[in-house]
Amino acid sequence: MKYSAFTVLREALSGHKGWQPAWRDAAPAPAYDVVIIGGGGHGLATAFYLAKYHKPGRIAVVEKSWLGSGSIGRNTTIIRSNYLLPGNVPFYELSLKLWEGLEQEVNYNAMVSQRGVFNIFHSDAQRDAYARRGNAMRLHGVDAQLLDRDELRRRIPYLDYDNARFPVQGALLQGRGGTVRHDAVAWGYARAADALGVDIIQNCEVTGIRQAGGRVTGVETTRGFIGAKKIGVAVAGASSLVAAMAGLRLPIESHALQAFVSEALKPLIDHVITFGAGHFYISQSDKGGLVFGGDIDGYNSYAARGNLPTIEDVCEGGMALMPMIGRARLVRHWGGIMDMTMDGSPIIDKTPVENLFLNAGWCYGGFKATPGSGFCFAHLIAQGAPHAAAAAYRLDRFAEGRLIDEKGVGAQPNLH
Amino acid sequence: MRIACPHCGERGLEEFSYHGDATVKRPTDGGAAPTQAWTDYVYFRDNANGPHEELWYHAAGCHAWLVVERNVATHDILRVTQA
Repeated sequence: MKYSAFTVLREALSGHKGWQPAWRDAAPAPAYDVVIIGGGGHGLATAFYLAKYHKPGRIAVVEKSWLGSGSIGRNTTIIRSNYLLPGNVPFYELSLKLWEGLEQEVNYNAMVSQRGVFNIFHSDAQRDAYARRGNAMRLHGVDAQLLDRDELRRRIPYLDYDNARFPVQGALLQGRGGTVRHDAVAWGYARAADALGVDIIQNCEVTGIRQAGGRVTGVETTRGFIGAKKIGVAVAGASSLVAAMAGLRLPIESHALQAFVSEALKPLIDHVITFGAGHFYISQSDKGGLVFGGDIDGYNSYAARGNLPTIEDVCEGGMALMPMIGRARLVRHWGGIMDMTMDGSPIIDKTPVENLFLNAGWCYGGFKATPGSGFCFAHLIAQGAPHAAAAAYRLDRFAEGRLIDEKGVGAQPNLH
Repeated sequence: MRIACPHCGERGLEEFSYHGDATVKRPTDGGAAPTQAWTDYVYFRDNANGPHEELWYHAAGCHAWLVVERNVATHDILRVTQA
């Protein structure tokens, strides 16, 4: 069933009796050509691009809980490609271009809103760093604009420009950045993949990866063994646990990241705005809630919740940047589990086990990467060679010393 | 989450900073040549879900390095000793 204005009108006039489930509730078949572990954004995107562009045969996505129950529904919904390093910029720009065509490609309203991402700077040194970043982006064909204080004040008048410690000096703007309705991304990819014949198997937890002669033969699950010629792992947050089933250790620590939503307000914050002197980022959802977040809690965790010191730190950052939000009441906060890698960049690569492919280590940048990650991971699984845009995301870069460390802080996951 | 420092008693999380897995051991070969042992020490972690021995520094307290055994699935602190 194709979604369109005409479909909505037809259903409105016929009592809404014609709507169908967006995807089948598939039961596992005995074997598939490709099994993707993880029914979140990245796994579903991978299945969709595999089915659409590579047609490797029968494809299944196995998900331990309900579809989209992990980080795809726990993020702050921001998309952008304002990176600095050559290994990162082309990948995130590919992802942003895929976002721009996503709704047409999957025929689903994901509410892609390119409202602009403003990275605020607060000192001369930070202006230099942001100018450099903007130049790196433009050299890669990405839009970037350095705004001075007056221009920024014209566009966003409510910042605390004369804050004694962190005066606002200007911003680096990526106008094509913005937000996307996060759950709709999972649902849209799921529906489009299902329409191409992908089996989406929910409540089916992988408990083991079966191998013979150094290559995978399938997955043990809570719903029985499922044979697979190729297996793709896209389970960020639990990557180390699934990799351990195949005898692998990863350069990853799992950390909790918290996010927050205020009570619904009338339209107030028109863009995505980030604080440069601390870690705080905010946008306003279409329901009116201010959606914001900051740093990870900073210690290993598989509990999807955090602690108070980080909440205080995030709120202090917000108050230093825009004191007007201080009277908005917080209505919800939650935690998700991040794959924090040792250099802050992701991994899309083969593994030492033949036909086992790994998509992991998204730190807290996984949401914006969803289409690019799926696109490149599908390419890797189908072709056996990395996509050009993701060629730097190798698992052996740690041993080789080819790290992609945007922040330049070294092998310390809680600093990325 | 509060940590019972053996020197200072139970203190809030904001007094401590975290330095990761306490079980990894620095190779003793001096590091003149890159080896798998060094790669494992610097980058690779078990990252299991359950009891985890980890290093905490009591930065805003007695400046002691502590080994804290903590269940990362529940945040329950099981044991705190001097590193």
